Amino acid sequence: MTGPGEKKTVDRRELLAGGVRAVCGAGFFALGLGMLGRQAETRAAQSLRPPGALAEADFLAACSRCGLCVRDCPWDTLRLAGIGDGAALGTPFFDARAVPCEMCQDIPCVVACPTGALDHRLTDIKQAKMGVAVLVGQETCLNFLGLRCDVCYRVCPLIDEAITLERSHNERTGKHARFIPTVHSDKCTGCGKCEKACVLEEAAIKVLPAELALGRLGGHYRLGWEEKRKHGESLLKDIIDLPDRGYGDGTATPYGGAERGANGAFKEFKP
Amino acid sequence: MRAAGWKWLIARRLSQALFVALFLAGPLAGLWVVEGTLASSLTLGVLPLTDPLILLQSLLARHWPEATALLGAAIVVAGYLLVGGRAYCSWVCPLNPVTDAAHWLRVKLGLREGVTISPRLRLWVLAGALAASALFGTLAWELVNPVTITHRALVFGGGVMWLVAVGVFVFDLAIARRGWCGHLCPVGAAYGLIGKGSLLRVSAVRREACDDCMDCYAVCPEPRVLTPALRGKAKGFGPVILSGDCTNCGRCIDVCPQDVFGFASRFDKREQTIGPQQGEYVP
Repeated sequence: MTGPGEKKTVDRRELLAGGVRAVCGAGFFALGLGMLGRQAETRAAQSLRPPGALAEADFLAACSRCGLCVRDCPWDTLRLAGIGDGAALGTPFFDARAVPCEMCQDIPCVVACPTGALDHRLTDIKQAKMGVAVLVGQETCLNFLGLRCDVCYRVCPLIDEAITLERSHNERTGKHARFIPTVHSDKCTGCGKCEKACVLEEAAIKVLPAELALGRLGGHYRLGWEEKRKHGESLLKDIIDLPDRGYGDGTATPYGGAERGANGAFKEFKP
Repeated sequence: MRAAGWKWLIARRLSQALFVALFLAGPLAGLWVVEGTLASSLTLGVLPLTDPLILLQSLLARHWPEATALLGAAIVVAGYLLVGGRAYCSWVCPLNPVTDAAHWLRVKLGLREGVTISPRLRLWVLAGALAASALFGTLAWELVNPVTITHRALVFGGGVMWLVAVGVFVFDLAIARRGWCGHLCPVGAAYGLIGKGSLLRVSAVRREACDDCMDCYAVCPEPRVLTPALRGKAKGFGPVILSGDCTNCGRCIDVCPQDVFGFASRFDKREQTIGPQQGEYVP
């Protein structure tokens, strides 16, 4: 121990070596932690975040793993992840097939969050995006098989908005209709009530994180019909409408009156 | 060791039990005094508290938190500036009874061998954890933090996560003397930095009465902090233990047969001098 008035002799080389060792050690340790963190970012598809959760990377920077959202969830939907729960250690998640989100109007879990990992700007639970329901089991869904199960549609808190029944022809019987449960991703909150209620042993409809459930068009893509609608008329004038090949039985000529031969083929058509 | 007092040790165990009871009264008995964990909590629905190290990791990961967390961390920092930074370690932390038990067993079994670790290493662990939070944009230490993992296991049920506390116990018992709390834990290091300016300190107020029995060195979890205050008078050190590493556990006050130590303000430079006859005090 050296006192205030006493001079301590320090070997500069030793000090430097010690400093380098400590900095490298801390850096090595930081790298290890970071890699562990990157691994923890992979979240299992069935582990859904509470309403208002920031995008996963931002969420992991914000969530203090305190469990206040879990405490204030009146339905015991939320749990804190342990090892093997498919979410970063200590972070809140829910498994829709076990206990879905009941979509409380006052969103107590979001109100309880002290850090804003659950975004306090979410005040209308219908705007929540916990995931998107996808009818993944089309081979087993009873409605696809031609029955009127409809359970997922009936339990949906946003019935006829988030899930609609779309009628189509039942090709198997040839005379019945099929009512296909159809999810609309702009309305679906990902609460998981449909997945919970699905009567099959393994749910045919499952809530997936949006990045797994949805495709995304390239940013440069333009939908011609949308552009045409916005513009009020076709953007390209004087398009030459070439005849389509291969349609019709050769007698009718709806395609600009092109003449056909005896075998039904167009005469003098050179593409 | 001569006749030892137990006052502060008992008070400390009661405090640790009280904090556990406060957090468990809700989930076990429905008495919601405190919600949450030591990471962030809400007391009686009005008092928010947030661990400052967790908030710092979050800030470094470039998340600007809600005011609740900022206020909660400010209250915690202010509180520990009053009662001593590492008072968290010895009066609140759920791992302290674990490492104290490991140390007790280590002494009972006469285990003297062990790895020597620099107590400064925890500062580098802290630096590494903060660097990882900044570089990878995540709360890096919370991936492995035995303190919060154990507390979560306590409050929310832990299952296999209890093994983390077991691991700390085994480390302290078999690998390094007071290894975790005294050398590695960056949570303690962070609270130690707060403690560098904290008001309530232990003071060797009657250091002239010290008869070098070494009992305080034997019980102190951070014995280095004793020397300047106890023996540094000639070198100009005051009687107050100013090191942030001191956990304000008060064990030295308990065991000293000469009643050398007591709690005091860090600005209280007064000493009691010993009169001509041994054991007679001149105030």
